[in-house]
Amino acid sequence: MTLSPKDLAQGVLKGNRRSVARLMTAIENEDPESRAAISQLYPHTGNAYIVGVTGPPGSGKSTLIGQLAKQYRKRKKKVGIIAVDPSSPFTGGALLGDRIRMQELSADEGVFVRSMATRGNLGGLARSTVDLVNVLDAFGCDIIFVETVGAGQSEVDVIKLADAVVLVMAPGLGDDIQAIKAGIMEIGDIIVVNKADRENAERTMLEIKEAIELDTEQKEWSPPIVKTIATSNEGVEELIEKLEEHRGFHMKAGLARTRIKGEIQLLEALKARLAETVMADLKGDRDYEIMIEKIASRQLNPYEAAATLVDKIVRRNQD
Amino acid sequence: MPSAGVERKIRALVAKPGLDSHDRGAKVVARALRDAGMEVIYTGLRQTPEQIVEAAMQEDVDVLCLSILSGAHMTLFPRIIDLMKERGLDDVLVIAGGVIPEEDISKLKDRGIAEIFGPGTPTRVTVDYVRNNLKRKS
Repeated sequence: MTLSPKDLAQGVLKGNRRSVARLMTAIENEDPESRAAISQLYPHTGNAYIVGVTGPPGSGKSTLIGQLAKQYRKRKKKVGIIAVDPSSPFTGGALLGDRIRMQELSADEGVFVRSMATRGNLGGLARSTVDLVNVLDAFGCDIIFVETVGAGQSEVDVIKLADAVVLVMAPGLGDDIQAIKAGIMEIGDIIVVNKADRENAERTMLEIKEAIELDTEQKEWSPPIVKTIATSNEGVEELIEKLEEHRGFHMKAGLARTRIKGEIQLLEALKARLAETVMADLKGDRDYEIMIEKIASRQLNPYEAAATLVDKIVRRNQD
Repeated sequence: MPSAGVERKIRALVAKPGLDSHDRGAKVVARALRDAGMEVIYTGLRQTPEQIVEAAMQEDVDVLCLSILSGAHMTLFPRIIDLMKERGLDDVLVIAGGVIPEEDISKLKDRGIAEIFGPGTPTRVTVDYVRNNLKRKS
């Protein structure tokens, strides 16, 4: 029984969960036919509220998403979860363990959980995460949580696809200097201090609050800070209130952000397409091999080489 | 030469059905499969057959690895196999490990567990078995 990605897309629209899973695999494996399937689904997307959840390793992202999903299920919402973990740079293998903290969800047909490995992509997500989100959106999920890899300071790709970003911090992970660093602290629409029963929780709250107040730019939305203890569900209701508040704000003022998301996604698609086209064009090109040698022996720098190759391809395609 | 496409990855689910709480063996296998370049989803302890089969379906795995030490394998494994058939997951390779008496092994194989690896099996053997016996074509 092998269904083509286009058949699978039909299955997704009919609510078939097996089709969702299989299409996701085809997309992850960059099956050439999966592009057509994505195009087929695209008109049916845009209805889900997409919440990115990021933060350092061990801050409790998976547990928190598990609790949020349970609460949204009580409200009869269909929930999608995509949890990303890193691939080994050496073997390409990955151990995806986010489901461990979401066990109760796996017997519930209203929740779809998919684990993803980054497969070499930097930035906290996998290359095809955005398309897997689109599949869940077309499948009819009301809310989709995207959990990034345990992020440090530069894994900020999640803003490219999320309507809201929840930054999950925990006490004792770093001093206040960490909090004012550019990058991850800037992308949170809602900041959670999880494990609030731990020592130093108050101090962490204060440090984050101070860092936000230092932000001199006038913003329409100032990120609220919510204290949670995910393991005992404390503060999760308040977090949902904030999420819904942000969703309302996003609906009103969100057009600008949706446009930015659109632009970023177009740029990413363009870059990928261009790289593929260029690489296909270079297949078997002798210049390419020669340039590698020259760069290796420092006779040529990579920027110059790239410019020369691109010029050559453009010229070739004009003829 | 550079290639635009990505190789197909083998995805594995390592699950522990039933009530025992010793998952060292499961973790060793998960780690070995990961080191062999596979993407391994680990579900944790005390999973019901329904939870395991649902996870295998959502994650679209090529192989399901079950680990059990509680002695309940004759109840839990056939239940898992039946659920998988019900949901059309018959192209997933199912293997098992743990403490399973000799006399049960052939019965379980008849019920659809492809291979059973007892204590002390070198991880290399398990990895090679998985690689060579996948039911789906790459």
